[in-house]
Formats: sequence, C-alpha cells, structure tokens
Amino acid sequence: MLEFFDDHTLRTVCLGTAGIGAVSGAIGCFAYLRRQSLIGDVVAHSSLLGIMVFFLASYLITGEGSKSLTVLIPGALLAGVASLMLTRWILAQTRLKPDSALGVMLAIFFGSGILLLRWTQRATPNIPGKRGLEDYLFGMAAAMTQSDLWMIGVLGVSSILVMLLMWKEFKLFTFDPVFAQSTGLKVHWIDTLMLLILVVGIVIGIQSVGVVLMIALLVTPASSARQWTGHLGTMVLLASVFGAICGGAGSVLSASFSKVPTGPVIVLVATVLFMVSLTAAPRRGLIARLIKRRKLEKSAQVVAAGGGQ
Amino acid sequence: MPNPNPAIAIRGLTVAYDSVPVLWNVDLTIEQGVMMGVVGPNGAGKSTLLKAVLGVVPKLAGEVEVLGKRFHSDRQQIGYVPQRTSVDWDFPTTVLDLVKMGTYGRLGWFRRPGAKEKHDALAALERFEMREFADRQIGELSGGQQQRAFLARAYVQEAPIYFLDEPFAAVDATTEKAIIRLLKDLRDEGKTIVIVHHDLTTIIDYFDAITLVNKKIISSGPVSTAFTSDLLNKTYGGPIKNCGIDCGFAQPPVQLRHSSPPRVTTPPTTTAPSVEAEDA
Repeated sequence: MLEFFDDHTLRTVCLGTAGIGAVSGAIGCFAYLRRQSLIGDVVAHSSLLGIMVFFLASYLITGEGSKSLTVLIPGALLAGVASLMLTRWILAQTRLKPDSALGVMLAIFFGSGILLLRWTQRATPNIPGKRGLEDYLFGMAAAMTQSDLWMIGVLGVSSILVMLLMWKEFKLFTFDPVFAQSTGLKVHWIDTLMLLILVVGIVIGIQSVGVVLMIALLVTPASSARQWTGHLGTMVLLASVFGAICGGAGSVLSASFSKVPTGPVIVLVATVLFMVSLTAAPRRGLIARLIKRRKLEKSAQVVAAGGGQ
Repeated sequence: MPNPNPAIAIRGLTVAYDSVPVLWNVDLTIEQGVMMGVVGPNGAGKSTLLKAVLGVVPKLAGEVEVLGKRFHSDRQQIGYVPQRTSVDWDFPTTVLDLVKMGTYGRLGWFRRPGAKEKHDALAALERFEMREFADRQIGELSGGQQQRAFLARAYVQEAPIYFLDEPFAAVDATTEKAIIRLLKDLRDEGKTIVIVHHDLTTIIDYFDAITLVNKKIISSGPVSTAFTSDLLNKTYGGPIKNCGIDCGFAQPPVQLRHSSPPRVTTPPTTTAPSVEAEDA
C-alpha cells in the first residue's frame, strides 16, 4: 500500500476523490434534509448527455474529442440545470406529480446520453479520444489529471464557500420555507442557489464516481452523519469527513485492483460506514434503540408483577 | 408615537390556487391591539388569508396595508406562526436554534446571530415557559412544546402584529389555556394578534374580534356583533351545534337555499358533548 502514496498520480487521484467526497458530503446534507435525493439522481444521470454533447462538440471543433473536465463539466452542468428547468416547467404546466416528472426527465436525458455514447463508440470513421468515455458511467478516478483536479477544486471550494456564507438562510429555508418567506427572505433565489450548488456537487464527481452511482456519494454520508448528531453544523462537518474517507479510500482500493471502476468501490465504502452508523450510533442507532426498548419492557414487567408502581 | 392606522387593511384581495379562487374580493380591516379569530369551514381560505397578507402566496388582485403602509415582508412587522405540521420536526436542530430563526429576518444577509440574538431567544423561551428545553432536540418535544417553541420564534421577531395559523390544533387543553393566557398578555401589551381558529365553543372566551370567512368575508368586527347564529349559518352553509352561542337550535334546523346539505344536521340535544364544527 505504501508505495501508492509515493506515486504522484495516485496522490492526485486520492486527494481529488477525497475532496469530491468532502464537498458532496456537505452539500448532500441539505439534499437529504430537503428530500431531494431523486432530484440529485436525475441531475447525475442527465449529466451524461451534457458530457457527450460537449465531447462531440470539442471533436467537431478541434478534430479530437476532449475528455478534460474543463470541457466536460460545463456540459454536465448545463445538462443538469436543463433537466431541472424542464422538470419545473412540466410541473407548472401539467398536473404530473414531481416524482413522475423527474422519472420521465431521467429517462429522456440518460437515455439520450447512452444513445450518443454508443453511437460515438461505434461511429465510422473513428472519433479520436473516444476511449474511456464509457468510464463516465461507473467512474474511473485514475483518469484524473492535474487540470481536472484544479477544476474540481475551484468548483468544490466555491460551492462550500457559498454554503458557509449563506448558512443561516440555507438552514432556515430548508427547515421552514414558508416562515422564511414571511420574514422577507427571497426564497426563490435561495432555492435556485441551493439547486445550483447541488448540481455542482454532483458534476464534480461524475468522472471519479460515475453518473450512475454519484447520488450515493451525495446522500449516504449525509444519512450516516445524521445518525450521530442532532446539530446541522456537526452533521455537515461529519458528512464531509465521511465523504472524504469514502472518496479517498475508495479510489485507493479500486486502484489496487486494476480495471475496477472507482464508483462502486467508493459506494461500497460509503455503505459500510452507513451500516455502522445505522447500528452503532447513540440514540438513533438500532442497538441503542433496542437497549432502550428492552429496559422499558423490563420495567413494564416489574410493574405488572406488582413490584413497583 | 401611536400609529393611528389600522394594523391590517385589505382591499379587494383575490387569491387563487391554479385556476380555483380561494379568496374572492376580500375587504378586511383589523384594528390595532385586538385579538381576532379567523373562523370558517375547511377550504374557506383562512390560512390563505394570512399567507396572502404575508406575501407567501401570490395575490391575483388587491392591496394590503400594514399600519398604514404598503406591506413589505422585509419590514418585519408581522410575526408568523405557521401550522405546526408544516415542518419536519426531525430536522437536526435545538429548541434554542429554532427560536433564534426568528431573528434572522432583522439580521439580514450574511450576518450570523450573536450574543444578543441568543439572549433574546432565551428570554422568549422563558416567556413561553420553555427555558429548560433550550438545548433539547426539537424532535424530542411534545406537540404543545413544539407550539410554544414556534410561538417563541415568532415572539423574537419583535413584531407589532402576530399571525397564528391554528396554534391549538392537536394541543392538549392545559397547553391551550396556557398559550391563550400568554397571547392575551401580549394583546394587553398592545400587540395585534390574528389567529386562525377552529373551536367555535371558545370564541367568546378567547377573542375580542372575529372574522367569519368562506371565500369572502361573511362578517368581521367585535364578537358581540360579528359572531351571530345567522352569520355562522351563512359561513358554514347550515346551523352549527354547540358554537358557544344560541345558534338557532331552538327551532328545527332550517334548510338554507344552498344546494349542498347543511354541515351539521343532527337534532339539537342540550346534553351533547362539545363538538367542533369540523376537524383541524
């Protein structure tokens, strides 16, 4: 294992995925509390279409398709935002329920993305640069370059900064949007900003985690963190740490088995953390609740037997 | 310096959800320093009336003045207590933090609540007899305690006017009495308090003024004149049993011109237990 940390590439990759995990863990807390997992999943899947369109556009312009995140992330961002705007429009115009509208949107965007991906892979003449595009489905952290790391860093740090700056607005709006609006908060802007940050938190992970499983890195660390704490600040911090552990450990683990996509390994690490949190956490954990229940049963039996009042 | 204007003046207010009007051409004046109940059947637009004044739901038409000036939510003139069930009480926060949220409006963008806000929040908790719960998780509160926490949050808004949306829904009788006492204290300090209310039997006890609403304002004014059996029948589309006043049950229930049957058709019994006009 030790030689990995001397390896420059692996250090880049490990740092990058840990950073991605930290950012998406923090952002995921708000998605979790606002029950927006499905929205996040739609954004993640939709981003494949944006990636393919921008890849093909770069091929048309330069003669070689670019897999640099500097090119592909803007595409993913646009596709993510477009899918949400379309959903919003459909909901305003029709009587469709939100989950159905989101499901339809996921099918349309992800389906088109897959179609373009397959077409690109089989097109004749050969499209240069197409190798490795399929890794965007399940993630290949090893593909991360220094410039990708920069892109991820700038986007990640700025979204966390916005979150910290708007902390109390985000908190109030998440807990009680109607009250927030009654105090004069421009809730439409807050909502839009929070969605935008959610989209950013998702698209920075698509290369390492892949569009299919990215939602797990967003929501699982948040769900785990909620088990351990009842304070929003602590929850966000903890989810961030959990996310970083998942990302870092996941990418190193997957690098030690060659050719294993990173996404599933990261998600497996996240699942282990989640299982531990679900069972072992104080108060909310299964064990703690079981013990409390047993104690109650015992004292009820004592009372029933006439041993107490 | 006292402001001579009414607390709330609404003119020609119409609100619709999608294409269904909920409130139609509402004119309503609420004087300062009263405790007013807003009463009407389900779907009559009571909550919507509060929300429309607060600017939380869009108005199709109409104007709202608060203390003589056009309403702007950022002036912090109205403290708001939404329905308790409108939020997720499993949210990770403490009672103190919840109450501090009432100070966010006056803090404005980017500023964090500090020592003063904490002090105000603790004082509010004290006032609503919740001081010892300050560090409790909000998820661990009982219904009545949740309601008190919500009231404390509105109290730290330091507004001259308070809007409360069904504060007594699913709250036990002791808590209800305690809350009404605290609200009457606030009224006696000169605050204007508007409460969406359901229990017709307590209206005479609780309120100085009342507004009967069913899509439009049926009546509004002092309880003695605006809360009569005729007006109640008009509001609910039929005679109401046990409304705290003589609601016309001396005679057999009168079938109104409405095509819909009266809401309550059981014959009157003097011994019947108190029945609310409808569920919360």
